[in-house]
Amino acid sequence: MDTETTVNTHVTSKASSRGLARMVARVGQIRELGLLAVLGVVVAFVGVQEPRFLALSNIEQILQSIAIIAIVAVGETLVILSRNVDLSVGSIVGLSAFASADLLKGNPSLNLWLVFFFGCLLGAVLGAINGVLISYAGIPSIVVTLGTLNIYRGIDFAIAQGSQVNAYDVPESFLSIAANRILGIPLLIGVAAVIAIVASYLLRFSRQGRQVYAIGSNPDAAEIIGIRKARIVFSTFLLSGLLSGLAGVLWASRFALVDSHAASGLELLVIAAVVVGGVNINGGTGSILGAMLGTIILGTIQSGLEILRFSPFWLQAIYGAAILIAVTLDAVITRRVGRLLTERRLR
Amino acid sequence: MKIVRSALRRLDIWDILLVALLIAILVMGSIQTPYFLNATSFSLMFSNFSEKSIMILAMMLIIIVGEIDLSVASILGLSSAILGFLFAAGWPLWLAMLAALISGGLAGLFNGLLVTRVGLPSLVVTLGTLALFRGAAYIVLGDRGISNYPDAFTQFGYGTIPGTLIPWTFLVFAALTAIIALVLHGSWVGRQLYAIGNNREAARFAGIPVARIKLLLFVVSGLVAALAGIIFTARFSSSRADNAVGFELDVITVVLLGGVNIFGGRGTLLGVLLALCTVGALRSALGLADYPDQVQSIIVGILLIASTLGPNLVRRVQDAILRRRVAPEQTLLQRSTP
Repeated sequence: MDTETTVNTHVTSKASSRGLARMVARVGQIRELGLLAVLGVVVAFVGVQEPRFLALSNIEQILQSIAIIAIVAVGETLVILSRNVDLSVGSIVGLSAFASADLLKGNPSLNLWLVFFFGCLLGAVLGAINGVLISYAGIPSIVVTLGTLNIYRGIDFAIAQGSQVNAYDVPESFLSIAANRILGIPLLIGVAAVIAIVASYLLRFSRQGRQVYAIGSNPDAAEIIGIRKARIVFSTFLLSGLLSGLAGVLWASRFALVDSHAASGLELLVIAAVVVGGVNINGGTGSILGAMLGTIILGTIQSGLEILRFSPFWLQAIYGAAILIAVTLDAVITRRVGRLLTERRLR
Repeated sequence: MKIVRSALRRLDIWDILLVALLIAILVMGSIQTPYFLNATSFSLMFSNFSEKSIMILAMMLIIIVGEIDLSVASILGLSSAILGFLFAAGWPLWLAMLAALISGGLAGLFNGLLVTRVGLPSLVVTLGTLALFRGAAYIVLGDRGISNYPDAFTQFGYGTIPGTLIPWTFLVFAALTAIIALVLHGSWVGRQLYAIGNNREAARFAGIPVARIKLLLFVVSGLVAALAGIIFTARFSSSRADNAVGFELDVITVVLLGGVNIFGGRGTLLGVLLALCTVGALRSALGLADYPDQVQSIIVGILLIASTLGPNLVRRVQDAILRRRVAPEQTLLQRSTP
């Protein structure tokens, strides 16, 4: 079915191609507006029953709790846009969190910038390993990252040997980073926002950003028109690893207690957020803004359920249902628009 | 016999490597400790893989047609929860087991309908139902654990056939393997599965009911996962909502390790069975040497990547040799065309 619509949207005469482009852009906007509407409904629904939900402090708390997922989701969006998937992000976050906390435990006087540099570098190296295997050895990304999900988590375990880093093992200054404020904005939220804005800008306006979309829409065609597919795909995995590494250090700073289970299963939350945000799992369509809205929606739903005293047992089921409803609606709308375009062309 | 011969013909480089690896593990394991290479150890080895081994069989079929099912472990948990809930509510055990099986089939049907009717990618659908079905298990059972199962039931889970060391659950696995061997490698249905995995559109034009077959496979996957749920419940004599969390990754890993192409269309039962034996032996050998589960996973992960990397490298070297041989003629041709 969806192959039919793509064929239809691609086979249009030259004259109507500008109209088509406008139409496609509008669909993109509609999608993000739709996400905003969903967010509005959720907020209104919960807010009416529990006004405390709308308090600034609560909103801040929600954003703070999803900031780490949001940072990882930016990298995952890049990867998914290029028609790949990165299942290893949870393991990279976990390994980076433990390794950097352990580093600080051993050298409490270490400059904190160095710790962040270390975490990012570690993440980048792990991401680069993924990228080399995918881009240059030609192994499907789902196979590579399923493998490295196991490998990186295993390394985490081997280093940790069942131990954990506690809050009293690391300097107070490290723990207060996540709670710090810059210009009144909590640092964690600020970092996530800056990363999302920069990535969004580059994805929309830089040449490499457009190339990511081209590869995701049609990898073979992208290669034929001279896009260095291998290099771009490698870069998306490198960035995904780097952002996960950064997220790992922030994780250690925020949660203070780190063992080798840290952030396990995070990859599913991240992919769910990205997909709910309208990023097509088959690549080519979607935006960072959408992925961020997806992350915020899922975080808001979770917080709303908690504040309405829903049994925590309902949480996961509603989470799953939200993912399914989001992708079903998206598919139905996309198909409608595709049909609309065909009808217009026939006329 | 015919199946065996055709399976032997399909034996490829990776299968041979897996056999070599398996032998190496068995040799190393038996050098390391005398407790490795004996019947009791093998019996335990299989017992630990009871649930995964049957889920692997169903997952193989799903991946061969080019789809994936991430929700199997959650279906296992849900069926185990339903079994426990109904049993605790006073239902007779056999009826509760039947209800658990049906719930698994319905869960698979739900996946299948979203994939084939709504046209959503299975990766996304089953990612959603991974959370949904696990959530449903929590709704059914909360944080309760049901554990007062009758002895005959738990005996089925961890006991062996009297007089032998063969676990009862091995019979389930053997029966399913036989059925799938017949269907996949001995019947026209099997060829249809490969055709769908190789080229869905072409298969559809050839008159293969692609949607119906995929729907059926998702139902089968759900039913098998529910069966695994019953086995898991019996083996640990306990129903909990968080039973078997994360099993899906192990199951998919073994299938891919067995040489099944993630994009569908390729892979044999023999390869998957070899991968199952290799991973089972590896985990057992490393376990006896006191390596924790997650450290064992490092090696399984490396094997998974190697299973695709190895053949890729071989092909690349072959291509390079071929190109060098062809190159002089090509340059001549290029010169002759202005």
